[in-house]
Amino acid sequence: MAEPAKKPANIVINESLCKGCSICVDFCPTNVLAMNGSVVAVKNLEACTKCQLCDLRCPDFAIQVF
Amino acid sequence: MAVQTAAKKERAPFDYDRYLRPKKLPHIWCPGCGHGIVLKSLIRAIDASGLTKDQICMVSGIGCSSRTPGYVDFNTLHTLHGRSFAYATGVKLAKPELKVIVISGDGDALAIGGNHFIHTCRRNIDMTILVYSNFIYGMTGGQYSPTTPQGAIATTSRFGNIEPVFDCCDLAKAAGATFVARGTSYHCQDLEKTILEAIRHKGTSVVEIIDQCPTYYGRLNKLRSATEMMEKFEKNGTVSVKQVDKLPPEKVEGKLLRGILHRVERPEYCEEYDKLIQDAKGK
Ligand SMILES: Cc1ncc(C[n+]2csc(CCOP(=O)(O)OP(=O)(O)O)c2C)c(N)n1
Ligand code: SF4
Ligand code: SF4
Ligand code: SF4
Repeated sequence: MAEPAKKPANIVINESLCKGCSICVDFCPTNVLAMNGSVVAVKNLEACTKCQLCDLRCPDFAIQVF
Repeated sequence: MAVQTAAKKERAPFDYDRYLRPKKLPHIWCPGCGHGIVLKSLIRAIDASGLTKDQICMVSGIGCSSRTPGYVDFNTLHTLHGRSFAYATGVKLAKPELKVIVISGDGDALAIGGNHFIHTCRRNIDMTILVYSNFIYGMTGGQYSPTTPQGAIATTSRFGNIEPVFDCCDLAKAAGATFVARGTSYHCQDLEKTILEAIRHKGTSVVEIIDQCPTYYGRLNKLRSATEMMEKFEKNGTVSVKQVDKLPPEKVEGKLLRGILHRVERPEYCEEYDKLIQDAKGK
């Protein structure tokens, strides 16, 4: 029997609050995020461990993970 | 089994909006400024303290850091540069039931407000003072401050700063503060716990927070990003007090200590004042 799939993370980005500082991208331990111009974007959702470090260190209330 | 572990790890996102004035966002701070990260640690610490919004009075002076009270839904006072401690003392004496939290920058607390800062610590009046230490005057364009490292460039020290720094924590302790700690915006979860301990302390509690001003300090000193500053000064520039004894001297030299550095009990100012009133009435 196949392993049940892990529930993928919900990464919610508020583009109107993101100032594009890239702190979340640089400190993500599993390289989930990337800059897309001046806002952050998700590039590899499967790799997200929901550690919430991006959320904790975002100075702008612009990203949440659950 | 794997599913269960994942489920156990799962945490609901923290609801900051409960404590914010959301219409005031986005805040004025530049991309990558550490002040926003500190604000989030502070909000989570207040949430963990169990205090209601009405039980808190947040007081600040002037500076980028001092804009903090404008974004939060507590009783708030945005006062004069360096004078927040005098206002906060007035608030605490008039309404001792309030939890008074002072937000200041290194310039606000240690330069223009240095005198108010040390005498507040000396009195041991019950309040929590956060000093956002980004090594520079952010708001006015990057002049050097009492925490600018020697040799660093500021708009007023183009060839390198020659002045020795104030160690905010040593100063607070020597002046009489009964709780002294240091944190960083990089170690934002430790910072949350440290601020919570500071809030729970009775007497003057001071937390120096190393954070970053990428716009002025970063640019002038050729640090390319907020990330680089957080790595250099916060992650690699500090050592936890819990680890310091286990590390070889070369890993500790030149680094700032992080964590709770000093905690003692001493009579608190408002309570002593109250006793005086009761004694005088009895005479
Ligand atoms: C009496 C007075 N002097 C000078 C100023 C100009 N001023 C405003 S903010 C500031 C420095 C702020 O630096 P800091 O406290 O380190 O806070 P930051 O902006 O770095 O967060 C100065 C000198 C003022 N507003 N009032
Ligand atoms: S929650 Fe952790 S793993 Fe997921 S994107 Fe954020 S920092 Fe990366
Ligand atoms: S840390 Fe916040 S503001 Fe900075 S890029 Fe990430 S989401 Fe945007
Ligand atoms: S000038 Fe510096 S301290 Fe002020 S908001 Fe910008 S980065 Fe922050």
